[in-house]
Amino acid sequence: MTYNINDKGYYGEFGGAYIPEMLYPNVEELRQNYLKIMAEPSFKEEFDQLLKDYVGRPSPLYLAKRLSEKYNTKIYLKREDLNHTGAHKINNTIGQILMAQRLGKKRIIAETGAGQHGVATATVCALMGLECIVYMGEIDIARQAPNVARMKMLGATVVPALSGSRTLKDATNEAIRDWINNPVNTHYIIGSVVGPHPYPDMVARFQAVVSEEMQWQLQEKEGKTTPDYVIACVGGGSNAAGAFYHYLENTDVKLIAVEAAGKGVNSGESAATSALGKEGVIHGSKTLLMQTGDGQITEPYSISAGLDYPGIGPMHAHLYKTGRAEFISITDDQAMNAGLELSKLEGIIPAIESSHALAVFEQKKFKPEDVVVLSLSGRGDKDLQNYIDYFNL
Amino acid sequence: MNRINQKLKENKKLLSIYFSAGYPNLNDTVSIIENLEKNGTDMIEIGLPFSDPLADGPTIQASSTQALKNGMTTDVLFNQLKDIRKTVSIPLIIMGYFNPMLQYGVEAFCEKCQEIGIDGLIIPDLPVDVYNDQYKATFEKYGLINVFLITPQTSVERINFIDSISNGFIYMVSSASVTGSNSGFGEEQTAYFKRIADMKLKNPQIVGFGISDNKTFLQATEYAKGAIIGSAFIKHLSKNGTDNIDSFVDTILK
Repeated sequence: MTYNINDKGYYGEFGGAYIPEMLYPNVEELRQNYLKIMAEPSFKEEFDQLLKDYVGRPSPLYLAKRLSEKYNTKIYLKREDLNHTGAHKINNTIGQILMAQRLGKKRIIAETGAGQHGVATATVCALMGLECIVYMGEIDIARQAPNVARMKMLGATVVPALSGSRTLKDATNEAIRDWINNPVNTHYIIGSVVGPHPYPDMVARFQAVVSEEMQWQLQEKEGKTTPDYVIACVGGGSNAAGAFYHYLENTDVKLIAVEAAGKGVNSGESAATSALGKEGVIHGSKTLLMQTGDGQITEPYSISAGLDYPGIGPMHAHLYKTGRAEFISITDDQAMNAGLELSKLEGIIPAIESSHALAVFEQKKFKPEDVVVLSLSGRGDKDLQNYIDYFNL
Repeated sequence: MNRINQKLKENKKLLSIYFSAGYPNLNDTVSIIENLEKNGTDMIEIGLPFSDPLADGPTIQASSTQALKNGMTTDVLFNQLKDIRKTVSIPLIIMGYFNPMLQYGVEAFCEKCQEIGIDGLIIPDLPVDVYNDQYKATFEKYGLINVFLITPQTSVERINFIDSISNGFIYMVSSASVTGSNSGFGEEQTAYFKRIADMKLKNPQIVGFGISDNKTFLQATEYAKGAIIGSAFIKHLSKNGTDNIDSFVDTILK
């Protein structure tokens, strides 16, 4: 059993490239080149240097003492929230912009839900002086005004997705349509471990820096490279893919993937894909997705815009199906309270996505001697209005 | 012999028309098909609506969305079409995205198509290699022709591969675009049509995307066996409902 991708682009039965022929040349060009380019010494050097000097890596592995005391276990927070632009998203966009440059692309497109990936993409486009077009659902544009303003300041064009439900999945559709219409000069920077092969693998490799650092940081602090548990939230699943990556094949390390249950898994307003989804094809990938019995993709719900996606990446579908990772769903209420708790106990205001991962400590008991690493994927600045509204602050 | 192969043998340029089943009204499907045949359409692509049609532009997206709102499902469509072969004899193709077929069960879907008298399928997001490895035998068992797309960016090797596993026609996408996004063909497209014609493939080519009137129909069929109209017909339906389908077909064929 392997938990990594095979040479055909599948994790077990999930993955592949279910794309219209119009996209084949673009995706094939990427597939043939991504590993080669990533292995070039000059690429690695530039990627590492930008992660260090521009993003601010390595991100600290912080022993959260008061949180650990409360839950009577040893909790480390992997501080992706301290990255430039406030989340793990930038690890991937730095990697992909360097990839796009080496492929000779002049124009960058991206999709965004809450706007975090849009901002991370607009940021690297500004850094490299490349044209940037970000597709964002019309409804998300209205609810995420500060991130729309950030993208504009960074020089990106934000195009409203007016089709379907006018949220993340439709923004993704629009970005794919743009790529069909502009097959030669454009690179599509997908924001998560979703989409046709090689995207899930490429994005996971760029995010893998998270668990790579965790290994030596744990060595320094605990005298061993492995924790007992890694916990991360999953929307599409890029931060979880990064936090799990170097531990995938080591089954001594237990992996916990946290999904958004919204108002409850069975409330009809949820984004808990592993619980509610069935095998199908979304955005070019065979995976688990939320759909009607007739195969129409349904609209998920979560208070966290970053977890509000009807599918999960094929790696995670495989981790779920094989039981390699434990999947836990967390409601809006549980997440919000966990976010407030971390703020008060540790002085860290987390993104609501990360608050879902934090809420696991109320749901699952860990042993005092367990070493638990939690990927704190983003900071809560972008969610302040949500926290204000929820807690009447 | 499959009706598609028979039709392709006829000594004429073929007009194929696409529409989204269940649009403008849920139960218009059969009357649209009958009207199109009566007025000289050679082949019909019945669109099975999908919530997330990646390869389609705004017109077909909107008609798909409306069709789903109207209540269209795979079962409803099959039920509407159950007696279609009592009145219609031209080739009928179902065009849809892979996920609804996967949920129905690919084999069950194919079996149902054969039972109804569907001649072929076009599934833009079912890749050639996956079809070839996993589904070709099933499609053939139920007598279905699977139609693949090529585009101006498709390499010669890949075109030859697609030609080798096709047994009907090749759907030639006129330009790098989603459906419904062009008006008129320039020299670039004409050169592409000619380049493909010169390859002397074993399967005839039918051009789709960007054909909306008599002029573009004639341009597309100068080198190809036929042309497919989708968005322009849907626009006609959205304005006129199912009336005057005859005048729409007439303006294309003149």
